[in-house]
Amino acid sequence: MKTEMAAIEIRNLTYKYQNAEAPVLQNLNLTIEKGEFALVFGPSGCGKTTLCRCLNGLIPHFYGGELEGEIFVDGLNVRETPPAKLASHVGLIFQNPENQLFSFNVERDVAFGLENLGVPPEEIRKRVDWSLELVGISDLKDRAPWELSGGQQQKAAIACVLAMQPSILVFDEPTSFLDPLTARGIFDVIARLRRELNLTVIVVEHRLEALAAHASRLILMDRGKIVLNGEPRKILAEAAERLSLKVGVPSIVLLHRRLSKLGILKDLTPLTTSEMAAQLRGVLTRD
Amino acid sequence: MIKLENVGYVYPGGVKALRGVSLTIGEKGSLAIMGRSGAGKTTLIKHLNGLLKPTSGKVTVDGVDTRKATVAQLSRKVGIVFQNPDHQLFAETVEEEIAFPLKNFGFPQDEIKTRTEWVLELFNLTRYRHHSPLSLSGGEKKRVAMASVVSWKPKYLVLDEPTLGQDRENKLRLRELFEEFMGEGRTIIMVTHDVEFTAECGFNVALLVDGKVSALGSAQEILSNVELLKEASLAAPQMAELFLELEGVGAQPVFTVEEAERLILSRLMAGAEKP
Repeated sequence: MKTEMAAIEIRNLTYKYQNAEAPVLQNLNLTIEKGEFALVFGPSGCGKTTLCRCLNGLIPHFYGGELEGEIFVDGLNVRETPPAKLASHVGLIFQNPENQLFSFNVERDVAFGLENLGVPPEEIRKRVDWSLELVGISDLKDRAPWELSGGQQQKAAIACVLAMQPSILVFDEPTSFLDPLTARGIFDVIARLRRELNLTVIVVEHRLEALAAHASRLILMDRGKIVLNGEPRKILAEAAERLSLKVGVPSIVLLHRRLSKLGILKDLTPLTTSEMAAQLRGVLTRD
Repeated sequence: MIKLENVGYVYPGGVKALRGVSLTIGEKGSLAIMGRSGAGKTTLIKHLNGLLKPTSGKVTVDGVDTRKATVAQLSRKVGIVFQNPDHQLFAETVEEEIAFPLKNFGFPQDEIKTRTEWVLELFNLTRYRHHSPLSLSGGEKKRVAMASVVSWKPKYLVLDEPTLGQDRENKLRLRELFEEFMGEGRTIIMVTHDVEFTAECGFNVALLVDGKVSALGSAQEILSNVELLKEASLAAPQMAELFLELEGVGAQPVFTVEEAERLILSRLMAGAEKP
């Protein structure tokens, strides 16, 4: 059954891994509308990765464990939908690209999912080239994954998922293995894909400074729960106010908060250095 | 001191990963090795404990040529934590994982216990001591891998992307550990893309570009040089970027929120004093 509903709809989700003592996710509720760009952050071990696994059906279909509540992704009930079917609706890019690559060359890895779906060879070739081009590794298509650096591997893993052209992309710290400028390039690609193809994007990331400006929503998790959820400027200001020891709040946000408290700055929390620079210029050249 | 003299390394497949690296580590403080993916950073640190022997040139650890010592001998002095913890973890529980190298190095039983407790606490892992390392999150696994090397207090602690998946609190703890180790005369060598953390730590920075050291200097010098950083696919710390945009405000590079606040306040006060 597929009904017209939000891209992601999670109701009262509690999840405990097999043999674990305590649940990792506790009574979690979350709705993400189609076309949103949600950025999920939170302290190490707060359940971010577990949440990602719930979205493409790895939980409960692969991990087992005890799942309560309901998860709908693209209108499909995750608990009742086989992961193979979910794969053309939602694509997950893992923290560690080595878990996603297994073939003898990059091109084959990217083609693998499409071959499994029975996509015609001509179309496969087109989509493989397209996704490799997007992440900037067309020149590596004949290389073996183990010959690649960590960053190149993660790009290959992203290409694998892009090739499936799902309507929802879930990234679990996709730039952990990338250098900052390459990471920015990937974030730009993700943002562009979302705009052009009207995708829904969910990214788990610690490096807020690179991504906050792209996001339509920030979600802060702690101990298996969602503790803040809303418009990026508002959430960053709140995180700076009371959680800056727990999560890495971008330094422009911390500076903005300090200067606002002193009555020097009066505008909204900045998302980019350019926004912050403009605010400061206004103050410094006022005399 | 670890000395790399004109080190070249060619992988069996023919890929030239290092093209003449010369570096002296441990003489003047700790070192961050930075550069784009594929620049040769991981290949370089594999030379520090003899896992890889240079194809050309020479690596010596406190005067010992790495070609003439075993990895086991060198490891007591040079402890390396690689980027991907999955390559390192194997024990049934976190506690056993941490105790294993200590047993191997022949530490007495009570010392093993003390040190295990110390690193469990240090890396925020006490509550997972009886868990399987493989059941943990990415960031937690990384901390187990670090704990199991920090425990034997190597003279040279080499960390590949130590802040990967770590939250603010764990980064602060890591920085405190670095300070403690350096106070005891140890040297930290970290491979990292984390410019903010490197600036906070105040390490020297070696930029690696295409298997060569393209620049070597203090964090202040290197992390404020946009041209150099670009070549290594890095971005300046956010505060430095901000002040680059605010051309003319402050002569020195600014890295921390505190420095930035002081600078802006002093500018405003100077402005207010004008007649």
